[in-house]
Amino acid sequence: MLEARDVTFYYRGRKKSPVLDQVNLSVAPGERVGLKGPSGRGKTTLCRLLAGYERPRAGKVLLDGRALDSFRGVCPVQMIWQHPETVADPLLPLGKTLEEAGAVEPRLMEALHIEEGWLTRYPAELSGGELQRFCLARALHPSVRYLLCDEISAMLDLVTQAQIWNFLLEEAERRQLGLLIVSHSDALLGRLCTRIVEL
Amino acid sequence: MKPILEIENLSIDFIQYERGLRRRSLPVIRDLSLTVEAGQVVAVVGASGSGKSLLAHAILDILPYNSRREGIIRYDGEELTQERIQKLRGREIVLVPQGVNYLDPLMKVGPQLRKGSRDAQTKKKYLDALGRYGLDDAVQELYPFELSGGMARRVLIASAVAESPRLVIADEPTPGLDVSSAARILAHFRELAEGGAGVLLITHDLETALAAADRVAVFYAGETIEEAAAGDFAAEELLRHPFTQALWNAMPQHGFHPIPGAQPYPGETKEGCPFARQCGGCTEDCQTGSIPLRGFRGGLVRCLHPERVQKRNGQDG
Repeated sequence: MLEARDVTFYYRGRKKSPVLDQVNLSVAPGERVGLKGPSGRGKTTLCRLLAGYERPRAGKVLLDGRALDSFRGVCPVQMIWQHPETVADPLLPLGKTLEEAGAVEPRLMEALHIEEGWLTRYPAELSGGELQRFCLARALHPSVRYLLCDEISAMLDLVTQAQIWNFLLEEAERRQLGLLIVSHSDALLGRLCTRIVEL
Repeated sequence: MKPILEIENLSIDFIQYERGLRRRSLPVIRDLSLTVEAGQVVAVVGASGSGKSLLAHAILDILPYNSRREGIIRYDGEELTQERIQKLRGREIVLVPQGVNYLDPLMKVGPQLRKGSRDAQTKKKYLDALGRYGLDDAVQELYPFELSGGMARRVLIASAVAESPRLVIADEPTPGLDVSSAARILAHFRELAEGGAGVLLITHDLETALAAADRVAVFYAGETIEEAAAGDFAAEELLRHPFTQALWNAMPQHGFHPIPGAQPYPGETKEGCPFARQCGGCTEDCQTGSIPLRGFRGGLVRCLHPERVQKRNGQDG
């Protein structure tokens, strides 16, 4: 179980108006939790806290009752971002970017339709949908158990969106991954989630 | 009445160097025609990489230096020359850019919007524009990095429409916005149209397009493949091109079924229909020559067999 317990967070100098004020949230293995709320309400910030990129100013982020930073090796909670072009090193060919995250199973490459030829290209030479496939492959290391999906299909066209989500649902089912899905689209959340939380 | 924007046979090529001095030309938009009437919202929908943003940049003459443009763009009945667009852009013709990184990162929002003016009238104009999108005075004192994605987007929109434009080109104005903010922005585009402006709404999101537009043009690999009334998207059978139908079927509320594959890269399709690789109904004659855009049941379609698309669906349903 991945949990945020009474989490409070404010950015530097904004102590009086915290982005998150005593927020509670939990995601169980195999569960797909939708997270929605108006822009600026702290959805992305909550994901960053759950993935360990930031520490809460008060409250705790726990994975199976343990603090997230007590886990060694690849972090079992991985985040997938809204803009894939901002999270891939622009100066590395994508094959190298993937290597940095450890070997990716050939099965995944096939299921995600990542073509051999893309591995030698640079991020600027691929479309958003193609890059997002790399981000997924990179995040699906065998020791990963929770995925935080922050608007991962908002920039994609409908066909690509459906391709990526159909893959991810299957993979989540197979590995009993817990998913936190941030989106503004009620239709999409309705299609994907087992439970929806409003922030 | 003269249409406010007319684009005729627009083609855009990028000149690239491969190995030393050998040049090659990469066609990214081919033979594109589009009309926006005053009082209309026209949406351009397509996959990423289909050339949607380049269309906006071509109108505003802000294409990169290594590109070549052919075809005619007319504004208000007269050709939009380089001198003319330089006078009009930012005043009569405005762009709502796609990236939130179009804001100057080193300048606070307020001064950035006012472009240096300090008089009370200008201040009030932009305060009203921000207020219309639910942003308050305090936002003017923030730097762009302090804004959330949705707030930055609303600042960009406020900046564009405060000038009471006649042609608004909105490049992906709504991703990252919650449903109510997005609806407010789309409603305002409609208002602008009702006041006599033309709006060109560029988006990959069919739902957004349908919520605001009168007509929808669908892009695929740099070509218009269908132009339809927004009402045609009520049912799959009313659509004309197999790719438009694929988009419809991939909507979360219509089955969420993707077709396999992706659109070809620029320059990959030498002749024939660019959609051939993904199309279930591709025949031999689809593979050669160029496919013309033609009228079909009150819309336009670039497909040799739109009637077969109809029949197939008739059988399925």
